[in-house]
Amino acid sequence: MSKIVKQEMMGMNGDTACAYAVKQCNPEVVAAYPITPQTIIVEVFSEYVANGEVTTEFIPVESEHSAMSTSIGAAAAGARAYTASASQGLALMYEMLYIASGLRLPIVMTCVNRALSAPINIHGDHSDAMGARDSGWIQLYCENSQEAYDTVIQAWRIAEHKDVLLPVMVNIDGFILSHTLENVAVLPDDAVKKFIGEKKIPVVKKPSGELTPYVLHPDYPVSMGAIDLQDYYFEHKRQQAEAMKNALKVIKEVGEEYGELTGRRYGLIDAYMMDDAEIAIIVMGSTAGTAKYAADLMREKGVKAGVLRVRSFRPFPRDDIVKTLSKVKACAVLDRSISFGSYGGPLFTEIRSSFCYECEKPIIINYYYGLGGRDTPPNLLENVFSELKRIVETGKIGEEIRYLGLREDSIDSVNYKAELISFKDLNTGNIGGK
Amino acid sequence: MNKIIEIRFHGRGGQGAWTATQLLAMSALEEGKYAQSFPSFGPERAGAPMMAFVRISNQPIKLHSDIYNPHSVVVLDPTLLSAVNVLDGMQSNGKLVVNSHESPSTLKNKLNLKDQQELWVVPASDIAIEILGRDITSTAMIGALVKATGYVSLDSVLKQVQKRFSGAIAEKNIILIKRSYEEAKKA
Repeated sequence: MSKIVKQEMMGMNGDTACAYAVKQCNPEVVAAYPITPQTIIVEVFSEYVANGEVTTEFIPVESEHSAMSTSIGAAAAGARAYTASASQGLALMYEMLYIASGLRLPIVMTCVNRALSAPINIHGDHSDAMGARDSGWIQLYCENSQEAYDTVIQAWRIAEHKDVLLPVMVNIDGFILSHTLENVAVLPDDAVKKFIGEKKIPVVKKPSGELTPYVLHPDYPVSMGAIDLQDYYFEHKRQQAEAMKNALKVIKEVGEEYGELTGRRYGLIDAYMMDDAEIAIIVMGSTAGTAKYAADLMREKGVKAGVLRVRSFRPFPRDDIVKTLSKVKACAVLDRSISFGSYGGPLFTEIRSSFCYECEKPIIINYYYGLGGRDTPPNLLENVFSELKRIVETGKIGEEIRYLGLREDSIDSVNYKAELISFKDLNTGNIGGK
Repeated sequence: MNKIIEIRFHGRGGQGAWTATQLLAMSALEEGKYAQSFPSFGPERAGAPMMAFVRISNQPIKLHSDIYNPHSVVVLDPTLLSAVNVLDGMQSNGKLVVNSHESPSTLKNKLNLKDQQELWVVPASDIAIEILGRDITSTAMIGALVKATGYVSLDSVLKQVQKRFSGAIAEKNIILIKRSYEEAKKA
């Protein structure tokens, strides 16, 4: 039944793949401020604008706070608005992220995941997006540049669905995806145009019972983001929570429909070799690909290893994850960010709590990995599988929360425990040490 | 398991090593293969030693990590031979392709190659200065690598050069790559 459209194989890095997808979607407004490793998106897209390949109003704003504010204004006026950022840029958008989701504006943003300062670091990890995990944005994490392209296109359909109406953040790993040229199959322009369709305006009910389009339009005056205190704020937040829940279904439906068109199906999770897996790695983003490679190596050795990639972190696909992992004996959740002071990383805590009242559950351990762009090669992931195998065989879990690819040897300056001195000591030069 | 070819390019910031890896990866795509090209990620400085990488495979490439044990290493700038260990991690039967006007045998004596490792030499700077009028060896070295390894065909590379460049620059680079292909010699 399915009719897969003929596609062109191109070589693009993750950033260019996003820019290309945005070009084909031709949103009315793109407002962005460049920041490594997102810069290529802004550069490439501004070339499309200069060449007249899009009709987009490109607004080179003075900061990321303005980028999000501009996107909010555009989306409130009924336009499709896109932006992209990373790291400190996303952090500067922070208060506006909540405005976008609270006003239920279907903005699409690419977040090119990068570590947060200090110390300053331009490389990939998930600290930036995790900081915004409670901001009410849908968060999808991509494994490769192909998925970056595919997800930017799907994002509009998810964001603008009448049961959702939430902004979508498409996450791609900084440098590992943003700057790596790979094969990307692209759809013809008209197929993308047809898939995302015409931008529609939601109709809402006023307290008077009258219907009105939810858009800033002189013929239908409305206030957006008006004061909302003890009386209705709570109900509005409940609506946002429901919209997130609805997104679970919509992300799957849109991913299926996209699969009919392209042959590439997407869902909330991506289960690799999980049917008979006894041990598994759970991970988000580009490292999932390397983990799949490591799982192949383990399978060659006769070990039943699998990978569960979480594509949608918000909304969190609790049921799909529990179903996929319930027969697994032991698994390791890999977190590419630290919630300082938490008992385990954000992905780990959520997966473990999902299993709280389940009868069938695996042993679940946690690894922090890849912070500040630290490379995670296949041998490290094979070590994780070997460790899980050992846990299954011996029943001894050991440390529940661990670090992967971290120097554990003795570095004097790192292991030194800080001593405190008084300001007076600065004058006398007595700064301790023997 | 299907094989992934891994290649490392050594150059200096501004010499076009990353561009070379992109051209090579696109040549593989031209042949219906799968490829990745990426630089050694970091703040780049003109003239400072840098690396860029390529993966080529007949199947989609899942791996997204650095390259530690390349099948081939390409050196764009002969001065790098004394600045960095270009042989670091190269496979025991790997191929080293160097831009140098020294004779292959002289250069081989200076390098610490393993028994099964091959050395290929081409005076790419000399040819580039003759044809382009400038010491830009990024395209020339692809010609030499193709001769040494056959990872992709010379035709595919030339097609990509035509797509990426235009006019006199495309024509000159095509002549340059062909010359480098012809003059690359195994030690």
